[in-house]
Amino acid sequence: MLVELGHYALILAMMLAGAQAFFGLAGPALGRERWRAAAASTACGQFVFVALAVGVLVHAFISNDFSVHYVAENSNSALPLFYRVTALWGAHEGSMLLWILVLTLWTMALLARSRHLPPTFAARSLGVLGLISFCFLLFTLATSNPFTRVIPAVPDGNDLNPVLQDPAFAIHPPILYMGYVGFSVSFALACAAMIEGRRDQQWAHWMRPWTVMAWAFLACGIALGSWWAYYELGWGGFWFWDPVENASFMPWLIGTALIHSLAVTDKRGLFKSWTLLLAVTAFSLSLIGTFLVRSGVLVSVHSFAADPSRGIFILALLVVMIGGALALYAWRAPLMKSSAGFDFISRESFLLFNNILLTIAAAVVFGGTLAPLIADTLGLGTLSVGPPYFNPSFLVPILPMLALVALGMHARWRRGGLGEAPRTLLLALGAALVLGLALSLGVYAHPLTLTPVGATLGVWIILSSLIDPIGRLRRGLKLPASVAGMSIAHIGLGVFVLGITFVQSNTIERDIALKPGESAQLGVYQFRYDGGQDIVGPNYEGFRGKVSITRNGAPVSVLFPEKRRYWVQGTVQTTAAIAPAFNRDLLAALGEDVGAGAWSLRLQYRPLIRFVWIGALIMAIGGVTAVIGRRQRGYAADGARLPLAAAAQPPPPGGLR
Amino acid sequence: MTPRRRRLFWVLGIVAGVGLAGGLALRAFRENVMFYFDPSRIAAGEVKPGQRFRLGGMVEQGSLTRTPGSLEVRFVVTDFKHQVPVRYDKVLPDLFREGAGMVAHGRLDASGTFIADEVLAKHDEKYMPPEVARSLGQGGASSAAMPASGASAR
Repeated sequence: MLVELGHYALILAMMLAGAQAFFGLAGPALGRERWRAAAASTACGQFVFVALAVGVLVHAFISNDFSVHYVAENSNSALPLFYRVTALWGAHEGSMLLWILVLTLWTMALLARSRHLPPTFAARSLGVLGLISFCFLLFTLATSNPFTRVIPAVPDGNDLNPVLQDPAFAIHPPILYMGYVGFSVSFALACAAMIEGRRDQQWAHWMRPWTVMAWAFLACGIALGSWWAYYELGWGGFWFWDPVENASFMPWLIGTALIHSLAVTDKRGLFKSWTLLLAVTAFSLSLIGTFLVRSGVLVSVHSFAADPSRGIFILALLVVMIGGALALYAWRAPLMKSSAGFDFISRESFLLFNNILLTIAAAVVFGGTLAPLIADTLGLGTLSVGPPYFNPSFLVPILPMLALVALGMHARWRRGGLGEAPRTLLLALGAALVLGLALSLGVYAHPLTLTPVGATLGVWIILSSLIDPIGRLRRGLKLPASVAGMSIAHIGLGVFVLGITFVQSNTIERDIALKPGESAQLGVYQFRYDGGQDIVGPNYEGFRGKVSITRNGAPVSVLFPEKRRYWVQGTVQTTAAIAPAFNRDLLAALGEDVGAGAWSLRLQYRPLIRFVWIGALIMAIGGVTAVIGRRQRGYAADGARLPLAAAAQPPPPGGLR
Repeated sequence: MTPRRRRLFWVLGIVAGVGLAGGLALRAFRENVMFYFDPSRIAAGEVKPGQRFRLGGMVEQGSLTRTPGSLEVRFVVTDFKHQVPVRYDKVLPDLFREGAGMVAHGRLDASGTFIADEVLAKHDEKYMPPEVARSLGQGGASSAAMPASGASAR
């Protein structure tokens, strides 16, 4: 009975989403105030009913209600309670429900902060969000209803996929979706601005914090996913250029470009139509990502069961939403002309380069991700595109971008070059060269030519990000949150670059068969296999090996990699054991019993791999710092840095901060 | 510089940059894209000598042999019309087994043995990679073989 209530709640939510779309868009267009006001209340109602539906499904999982098809497929009475809850997003239907829940959460957040927006603008944004929500609710109810019953009920469930039974996985999808779906707010605000035909750049000021928050969530989500794949999939890779990974990475790249172009639009009123296009693109890529993951057109590590009808539905949805937004853009963008100019060496031109290079990078990823699909459709054969394409092609636009980051941070707006920064910057570059070369030739000697380049760039970006904050603090000036946030995010980028550089060039990986007592040497570390024993877990059985690691005879760590066989699905899973440290990870994974008492083992040494995820986390922290500080300090603090821009555009009465 | 010339300079610069990046990406793409072949197409001589490609098919029952105490394994991949012997000397994935579908990356040696440098066996025992399903002439029926639970180990 309760399950049917959940189903009805979802249907009601869809009706309310439709009403929200109608009132939000038609109200302001026809000048009906009460319709306009109804957009807010229908949005609240929609949230309540979506939350109710999610609550019902969670309850079905907790109470082991195997008469619900989705629960029977993805849970089991032996599954620990925690994973019974997270199994909610363990497969397609529940993921869609989570997508919608996150969308309504963002809608509520926008509503809560919409007091400072012009009422018609807020209503239109809510209307666009309602339209998106309506489409996704329709999709879920029509093709992937999580509340379908199986009659008669099955005695026990099919269990959650073992690779998903993991704490990081529990939080990875919600955080990733917070980012993915968060771009819907930027999209809605962009659409509202275009519908209204606003000629000013006020909308950019309102859009900024939302975009930065979504971007920060997405960075965390991607990093979490990469970390999870690293230790849970068992083989120690952290990025495979897998279609699903690319699907989240492309919106992030465009989102990064959007943040930077929003800065120009907000401060200077330039790049208006380009910013709008980026906002539309970022969300479109989120939708395409959903399409890629959910329709099963691309086989990947993550692909769920494929269903052609879903694919066609999502494709239709994509065409309508992206096509609609682009048509709106084609109609309204010519209004958004800006006449101001800027010098060749100015903040604007650096940000322009940033945008061009990031867009190229996103296009490179996009091409590689969709090429197999296109070739297959055109009958050009079945092909696959892997790291040998992505790695070098991605570096082509990204390396110059990294080189420009350190300079661009110090460029003045409009005209005036780099101010007093060049000398300090050169000093920082010198220091970075020395440090980078020392790191890449001394500590991590390696023949790759790109290693010293990456190391120098990473250090230079970090040093350059510190110049401004240190200078301000030494002069006893306040550090505005926007500057602090930007510096933190760029330091994160530098840390990330250092991590990627050394993990790519200095990783040692060996597959080897070892008998108990035999050992293998990886760099300075010696891995000794000490045999193992059979084990039994709550819902699996398996074998646990023991690997002792020493460095020059001194013990470093003892690892217990496992091979598990889960009873319900009969799946075999490798559980790698990792000895993490600040500056390196040591990993051991069991292959199989190769006979003669030996086991095959995969052993790895990965330097600075933690920097990759820590860097992403620091970037996100930077973004959040800028947004939170902005709320407290308000527009004046931002404007104070830029008397010119502030004079050109009087501060708004409030605004979304 | 007049504004007009400056704009021309900008546009030219951007076009050159985009063109360069596009050209390099295309080159990397052409050199690194991997085509898929099944044993029948290999038997028909469609593979160029030394070309790195993806081989897909079923692991033939009873064909898996292992050199005791080492990583080296040999097995035969079949599409039930032709067979290709495969040699591999790294850790096999969890879901690899006889009678199940698999995809391997590598090259043919002079004797016609496929030297694999990567073997992928995704999904569970009922699953067959779509290309393999097509090779085996089951076409659209492959979706019936797809598991309801899907994410695979790598």
